[in-house]
Amino acid sequence: MSIALLAGPPGGQGMESLSPHQQRLGALPAVPPALIDSIERSNLRGKGGAGFPVAIKWRSVASQPGGAPVVLANGGEGEPLSRKDRMLMEQRPHLVIDGAMLAAGAVGADEIVLYVGADHVGAIQAMHRAMTERTASERARLRLVSAPVRYVSGEETAAVHFINDGIALPTSIPPRPFERGIDGRPTLIQNVETLAHVALIARFGDDWYRSLGTGNASGTTLVTVGGAVPQTVLIEIPQGMALADAVNAAGGITSDSDAVLLGGYFGGWVESSTAWGLPLDADALRQLGYSLGCGVVAVLPAGRCGVVETARILAYLAHESARQCGPCTFGLRAISAAAGRVAALTPTPGDLEHIQRWAGVLAGRGACRHPDGAAGLVASALRVFAAEFQLHEHDRRCSVASLAVAAS
Amino acid sequence: MSDRLAIGIDRIKCDGHGVCADLVPEMIELDDWGYPIIRAGAIPPSVLPHARRAVSGCPTLALRLQRVAARR
Repeated sequence: MSIALLAGPPGGQGMESLSPHQQRLGALPAVPPALIDSIERSNLRGKGGAGFPVAIKWRSVASQPGGAPVVLANGGEGEPLSRKDRMLMEQRPHLVIDGAMLAAGAVGADEIVLYVGADHVGAIQAMHRAMTERTASERARLRLVSAPVRYVSGEETAAVHFINDGIALPTSIPPRPFERGIDGRPTLIQNVETLAHVALIARFGDDWYRSLGTGNASGTTLVTVGGAVPQTVLIEIPQGMALADAVNAAGGITSDSDAVLLGGYFGGWVESSTAWGLPLDADALRQLGYSLGCGVVAVLPAGRCGVVETARILAYLAHESARQCGPCTFGLRAISAAAGRVAALTPTPGDLEHIQRWAGVLAGRGACRHPDGAAGLVASALRVFAAEFQLHEHDRRCSVASLAVAAS
Repeated sequence: MSDRLAIGIDRIKCDGHGVCADLVPEMIELDDWGYPIIRAGAIPPSVLPHARRAVSGCPTLALRLQRVAARR
């Protein structure tokens, strides 16, 4: 791939300034009249996690009444296992800004908010420097906002709420942000990686973009590979590449592994035997009942217990609940507490059955999809680690811990 | 039918008083913490008056009737 998001000078050299960016890719083109059609043919889907078709979203915003729209480039990236958005902004900030400019042109927006997680210091610095390199008229349309360090900060309604009122908590829908968002105007919220892909599609066309993928899949995608690999790395892969090939591109596995967490905390566990062969393509995975989410591939290392890891993630998600909606506040807290007891081999009677029942009625019962994510994670864990959960609850034994004991 | 209605809820407003489950048990049950679990889909015509009473009787005004096509 000579042209791609991360092609060009290696990322370790820091951000790509405007002139090398333009030398490599050419100047930002005027917004092509049929850009949305081209995006539709490229089959680009949102890279923030939900995977919504980009063209449909843009058309909805462009056709909304209610004043000139606003574009929000979402670089909140609260997912603890993901690195892609912050590293993309650190290394290729001009691609993100190009994409945001193109989006603004296509939907008729006159203002762009670059929303970056406050803890992504390198990304904020790079985006800020990149803004200063743009023309005065471009700068006048750009605003950089740092997002509070919190898992839900990047959720669409939370981002709008923060920019409007300084409160980074989700709000009830309707209205959805594309109807009424920043300053009450229709707001296009798009993940920063998605916008960077647009910057390439607008320059080189949808035929070219589609050809980057493997098989039926289109384009490239950023993937954070972590866990049982030499180190957590960000890679750009042709969409559709087998998960095993992506893991090998990240240096290969450093231990045997029984399971992979695919899609991050909002994704799900997959048995390794199945996972290795899965195509890393948002569409294909959805059809198979999985989710690429925000592109996280976390390989569970040997010696780590899936029940314990799941309980750890649930504790995090329960803690990060905005605590605005009862089912999430109380249900998720209870699930997390029960999972914690099972993980620690101190279950109380019924814990496993409760986890199953409570998680089964969690989805769709919050203002945002925080409870849905947790419910999906629990369901996958109960399936993939079924035997281990039983061992923990009934025998108060952990096969991984007992191995460790046996080895010592 | 254009006016097939379902029960919608503002989850942030809902405080789990549970009045709704008493008024329209055909459509709403409560979870272990007293928060409503709403049955998906259209409200049967015979149940609609009860559903309307649940909407107007909610102490936090968290319930609404909405077209079935809406997502929540």
